[in-house]
Amino acid sequence: MGPVTALPDLLRECAPRVLAAVVRRYGDFEACEDAVQEALLAAAQQWPREGVPEQPRHWLITVASRRRVEMLRSETARRRREEAVRHDPEPQVRGDDELALLLLCCHPSLTVPAQVTLTLRAVGGLSTAEIARALLLPEATVGQRISRAKQRIRDTGARFEMPAPGAPLDAVLHVLYLIFTEGHTASSGDTVNRVELTREAIRLTRQLHRRLPDDGEVAGLLALMLLTDARRSARTQGGGSLVPLAEQDRRRWDAPAIAEGVAIITHALAHAPIGPFQLQAAIAAVHDEATRAELTDWPQILLLYGMLHALAPSPMVALNRIVARAMVDGPRVALTDLDQIAGDPALARHHRTAAVRAHLLEMAGERDEAREQYRLAARLTLSGPEQRYLESRAARLRPGVYRPEDGKSQQA
Amino acid sequence: MKYVILIQSNPQSLAVWETLSEQQRTDFGLGHLRLTDQMRDAGVLVASEGLGDPALATQVSVRDGKTITSDGPFAEVKEHLAGFYLIDVADLGEAVAWAARTPDAGYTRVEVRPVLDMSEWDL
Repeated sequence: MGPVTALPDLLRECAPRVLAAVVRRYGDFEACEDAVQEALLAAAQQWPREGVPEQPRHWLITVASRRRVEMLRSETARRRREEAVRHDPEPQVRGDDELALLLLCCHPSLTVPAQVTLTLRAVGGLSTAEIARALLLPEATVGQRISRAKQRIRDTGARFEMPAPGAPLDAVLHVLYLIFTEGHTASSGDTVNRVELTREAIRLTRQLHRRLPDDGEVAGLLALMLLTDARRSARTQGGGSLVPLAEQDRRRWDAPAIAEGVAIITHALAHAPIGPFQLQAAIAAVHDEATRAELTDWPQILLLYGMLHALAPSPMVALNRIVARAMVDGPRVALTDLDQIAGDPALARHHRTAAVRAHLLEMAGERDEAREQYRLAARLTLSGPEQRYLESRAARLRPGVYRPEDGKSQQA
Repeated sequence: MKYVILIQSNPQSLAVWETLSEQQRTDFGLGHLRLTDQMRDAGVLVASEGLGDPALATQVSVRDGKTITSDGPFAEVKEHLAGFYLIDVADLGEAVAWAARTPDAGYTRVEVRPVLDMSEWDL
């Protein structure tokens, strides 16, 4: 009998395998998911009172299967299916179940918000209320999103099946990354739940990595999450304001997480075909390995952004590459680069373009123009903490205000 | 991404309203109720309300720790907020698609604005 405090974690750990086992046996995701939720609810009520059973997962599978059978019976009573059902062997847990479940939750027929929500529910084992708190949505909306997603999976006839070796994981990795970034801050109103999303994303990615240790992009994503999350406590200060990377107190970074992330990405880069998540993790690793901002290996970062740009070009990668360029070749060269890409429709109204231009102008000593661009960036951003940060950068460029640290990197 | 669909009342929209038949006005109202249901069913609705007349507004301010109230709208403006939908969708394109289904969009126009997110931060 385990300690009761660990119960939510235990249930969450069991949930996806239980669901996968029941779905594999009975086929229909929608009804099985309901049955598993009822089993989890029963466990949450009974276990604190009666103790955790010796084989919790087995207990949950049994209760969920029984519930599913009851549902099946009431549906098909007249068709006399009970006998067949009663003599079916109990579903067993299989290794690849969780992966199959992830792929089902990230089914291409679902919208991305639906994929995220369903993954948190079915694979993450979070309740509707927990998801609602974490995503800052009404519970009814989350409930509706889940039931609609399940219905859609049923309608498209998607089946729970073992993924073929090398099946594309792009959608799964994208969803896990979104869950991570959704939680990647300590600045929103409901800090605890946000951090929980980050932990959940890391936990799920870690499981996936354990299942597919040779997949370079899974390893890259896990490393990226660890290396980014390692800076969490240094990223914000009192009042939730953001601290840019160059000004963070690096002693507050999580050294074990950095060591783990570096080990994972180093191994992946040496053994797997290169991919975008691995390159992003490598960039994060270069930052994390600099004990002081001045020691950052910018030529290396510029090189990695160049590779990332060649492999998976995007406006944001282009912007980050320009920031690295400025650190290597100076702000004037980088400003010329920026002028060349700023006309891209995806960048023209994006706050990040103005923020990078402001940063480069500040480095070049053009204080008035820099202040204007920081203000423009503050107006265009949709992130509250970022808005405050950009306004504060503009404020310290007011005429007459001199700060010796002017010109530092503003990446966070 | 959360977006708010803002529905303004202004001289243009009031003029259009004057031209509508009883049946058209009923359809207009039912259209909003149906849209709310559709948003809820799709799992995108965060909140949606129509607002009371600005004549029913109360202005609130605090000075020296005292709450001071006065009745009526903030100023004699020609335009005021009549209602809103707050939705959570994947992107602007989806938000615009929902906005296009408001009855107002067919007669006048509605505005889609992104909501500030207190959590996002570029890596």
